[in-house]
Amino acid sequence: MSAAPYRVPEAPPQPAVLTTREGMVVTVTMNRPRQLNALSDELMTALVAAIAEADADRDVRCIVLTGCERAFAAGADIKQMEATTAIEFAFSDRVEQWDALRGVATPLIAAVSGHCLGGGCELAMTCDLIVASETASFGQPETGVGIIPGAGGTQRLVRAIGKAKAMDVILTGRTLSAHEAEQAGLVARVVAREALQAEAQAMAQAIAARAPIAQRLAREAADRGADMGLADGLAFERKALYLAFASDDAREGLTAFTESRRPQWSWT
Amino acid sequence: MVLDVKHEDGLLELTLSRPEALNAFTVELHGELAAALRLARRADVRAVVLTGAGRAFCAGQDLEETRTQGTSPGERLQRFYNPNVRALRALEKPVVAAVNGVAAGAGVGLALACDVRVASEKASFVPAFVAIGLVPDAGTSWFATQTLGYARAFEWLTSNRKLRAAEALEWGLVHEVAEPERTLERARERAALLAAAPGGGVGMTKRLLAHAADGGLERQLELERQLQQAASEDPAYATAVASFLAKAG
Repeated sequence: MSAAPYRVPEAPPQPAVLTTREGMVVTVTMNRPRQLNALSDELMTALVAAIAEADADRDVRCIVLTGCERAFAAGADIKQMEATTAIEFAFSDRVEQWDALRGVATPLIAAVSGHCLGGGCELAMTCDLIVASETASFGQPETGVGIIPGAGGTQRLVRAIGKAKAMDVILTGRTLSAHEAEQAGLVARVVAREALQAEAQAMAQAIAARAPIAQRLAREAADRGADMGLADGLAFERKALYLAFASDDAREGLTAFTESRRPQWSWT
Repeated sequence: MVLDVKHEDGLLELTLSRPEALNAFTVELHGELAAALRLARRADVRAVVLTGAGRAFCAGQDLEETRTQGTSPGERLQRFYNPNVRALRALEKPVVAAVNGVAAGAGVGLALACDVRVASEKASFVPAFVAIGLVPDAGTSWFATQTLGYARAFEWLTSNRKLRAAEALEWGLVHEVAEPERTLERARERAALLAAAPGGGVGMTKRLLAHAADGGLERQLELERQLQQAASEDPAYATAVASFLAKAG
């Protein structure tokens, strides 16, 4: 709340993302607060690398992606975009690197405070679920500057909240408050702004404590099922169940339940 | 300047100052109020007092402006009134109204958007809207229902009856009635007490009560838990508890 008494003339270079770890949970924090975490190439590259590294670590069972209090991410880096030609854009893999996030197998939580707009909203929707501070606002303002959402906005928002509400957001540029986004089904939980990081962390620890193979399979079934007809989705789900059932962790989980003790997961 | 702003000892005192027009709202007044409410968010403001200069608190929309300017009521609400009502409610500080005289139309909404109301014996509340074929705005319909309940709110807002200070007190619309020359002083005293409460407890309580109006018990219990945890992490809490225990011992 309180304003800084003076402005630091030249800030030392800061890493684009900060990574912290608490037990089996890694938190990746976008760190361009002055630019409201505008998603520059540098930020996206660092973010994808940090998440890929956490994803490759078997002892990491949940990843939290977050921003600063004022913004999860306010969108693409408009200045960078303005200086890019269509051909450069098409062949730079700038959007394609977002696809790397789809391949992440570890459950991924977006902890959103403040602006979550354009590419920021698309980034949050790439995660498995969104927990939002009551200050969060979600929107896809792209058509106002002559472009369109290009990292899944027109696809994932429609799937998340239905065409009627998605078109209201995309075509009018209107933003959804945290509560509206929760009611619409975009956000899993809304919490007090003071509690966002603690609640996201508690949620992540709860996710991390459960059987890792089962978590990954459940998540894959939900994701793949969204692209399938019901019959295929159910068939995929059943196969995923059998696969989970074949794991040592399933034996351990079922036995621990009957013995009323905490299961010890072996990741096998 | 049509809004006097005084910032002293953590109190921000805002005085609507268009006495010749009974402090009616104009675009200029809305703008200055919006700026003052942004200022009120600073950490060195702990409470706000809102009052009117002269014999009125606020007469609502300035009808002369309505006559001479092309803005439609809907547009005025969207651009000027509603953002200020939202800002008042979203402000995590107590706002005490010193209702020095008549509050009419949107002036009622403004008074009701505050958290505490001290009314002068000369104060009165006049909904006015229905009398000219309009509907209550600036949050009046919401606040009146919240404060009075449906039956009283409907009867009052549709009959356009002038509610005098004594009756407003009986209805629970105001918290206190004071002698005219003591009204502002009493509001300041109440604001100073609220400002002196440690930490962010008062502001968070305001948030909790706002939330209570549109959540159920489950959601409320959850938000109480989150805010209590946050409040307890403020060093002001430890200090206050230590000083309480020292006195008790």
